Amino acid sequence: MAGLSSYLHTPARENVERALSQAKEHEAFHALLHLSEEKALSRADLIDSQEKKGRLAGVPFIVKDNFLTIGEPTTAASEMLASFQAPVMATAVEKLEAEGAICIGKANLDAFAHGGSTENSAFGPTKNAVDQTRVAGGSSGGSAVSVALDIVPFALGTDTGGSIRQPASFNGVVGVKPTYGAVSRYGVVAMASSTDVIGVLSNTVETSELVLDIMAGRDAKDMTTLPDFFEPLSESAPRKIGVIKEFMTSDVDSEVRQKTQDYIDALRGRGHTVEEVSLPMSKYALAVYYVVVPAEVSSNLGRYDGIRYGLRASDATSIASLYGLSRDRGFMPENKRRIMLGSYVLSSGFFDAYYLQAQKVRTLLINEFNALFASYDVLIGPVVPTPAFKLGENTDNPIHMYLSDVMTVPASLAGLPALSVPAGTTDSGLPVGVQLIGQRQSDALLLALAKEGEA
Amino acid sequence: MTQISTDDVRYLATLSSLQLEDEEVEALRTDIERILDYVAQLGELDTSGVEPTYQVTDLENVWREDIVNTYGVDREALLALSADIDTKQIKVPKVL
Repeated sequence: MAGLSSYLHTPARENVERALSQAKEHEAFHALLHLSEEKALSRADLIDSQEKKGRLAGVPFIVKDNFLTIGEPTTAASEMLASFQAPVMATAVEKLEAEGAICIGKANLDAFAHGGSTENSAFGPTKNAVDQTRVAGGSSGGSAVSVALDIVPFALGTDTGGSIRQPASFNGVVGVKPTYGAVSRYGVVAMASSTDVIGVLSNTVETSELVLDIMAGRDAKDMTTLPDFFEPLSESAPRKIGVIKEFMTSDVDSEVRQKTQDYIDALRGRGHTVEEVSLPMSKYALAVYYVVVPAEVSSNLGRYDGIRYGLRASDATSIASLYGLSRDRGFMPENKRRIMLGSYVLSSGFFDAYYLQAQKVRTLLINEFNALFASYDVLIGPVVPTPAFKLGENTDNPIHMYLSDVMTVPASLAGLPALSVPAGTTDSGLPVGVQLIGQRQSDALLLALAKEGEA
Repeated sequence: MTQISTDDVRYLATLSSLQLEDEEVEALRTDIERILDYVAQLGELDTSGVEPTYQVTDLENVWREDIVNTYGVDREALLALSADIDTKQIKVPKVL
């Protein structure tokens, strides 16, 4: 895999031509929904002609197709937005392009980012980068596979409950979910506003670090952004690290546990202190997540009314049937499940028992994290209980699919930064990732620790 | 075990502005029932005296100047996104 410096020392046109030809060569994986060939090449020529070079001058990248970009469709992998052409650009993409990076295309995802396998895409699933009979993971599956196949050195994704970390783990790439509020979400299709985060998938930790450094910071267009706190750390110090006991039980695949243990042993070997810790509330995190997130989804997806933009049922005879038919045809089954579940947990009579109770348990989970971070710098565990599963294996029961998120949702609910770092492969060659979780705004520390392990 | 009927599913569909096909109803009923059954474990916990968490930024009341900002998008570009427009207006079926 080419490191970032080799891209920076190669003409932009050469980088883009290589990325485009790699993308075409790997079409069978269905990682991409759109290639912006002409636009990318003309931007490359522009950058090659400029004297002043940005920090990512001429570096090609891909964005998940829920980032709004001007000049090509933004579909969120849904029928609803199949022909939607965004009138605005996502702040994250704008910032990267201002540093000379070149967006060459849009990656596949589970429609509206609802899912953990990219099988919920309205345009067909993405295949795993190392085994085409297995899932890419999701929802940022196309982004992860694009990086794993070395089409581009980095891709943008979104992570609401594990959607960057899980596919990163399944395909053997680095996945970074920053602190909630670190990166502007302006121009990104909203899913669950209290946990949605924009992040990076990359071939090296260093690349993610630079991309995050460029993207982070307050944006007047997104009132939930934090003032820029991100400052890469040049050296790593001895840290106190806690292994989350509940993530290392026999429910987790033995090879996944072994790879995690190997990574932990290496941390010890480098002089870090590692101890076992307990996060009892993590047991309830998935249940909290599948109440809170559908509630927020049902609200955020209310905007797709078939009127102002998106799919409109042409045979509707009343305003109610215009909404009802457009939404029924524009959404995938998983979108409908979450919207209706959200309507259920928010409806009067059920609100206290489900939504309010879940938000209270969320407080208990956050309290447990805070108590651990009083004594530990970083928490560690696997990312997903298993390596990538087979295509179709979990599609008949949503609970089986949701269980893949069990170790990624806790950090999401608490707004904590979390990384998925490659930790080798199983005996049959499937990638396994290790998860590093830090306290809010400790993103730089996590990246420094991960970088040290990469060397 | 939470029981969800097909009528419940149709009611939730109405609340959600989804005009479901008949064959979608039963699958959604089973799935929603399974998910509610899973999340019911939250009821095991005593949360009396615990405040709910609705957001995790600790930011409060982020203000901006009260001036019009079009974010660089003009009216025509926005109208062009709609499937049915007529002289600067979006057409919809009869409402009343």
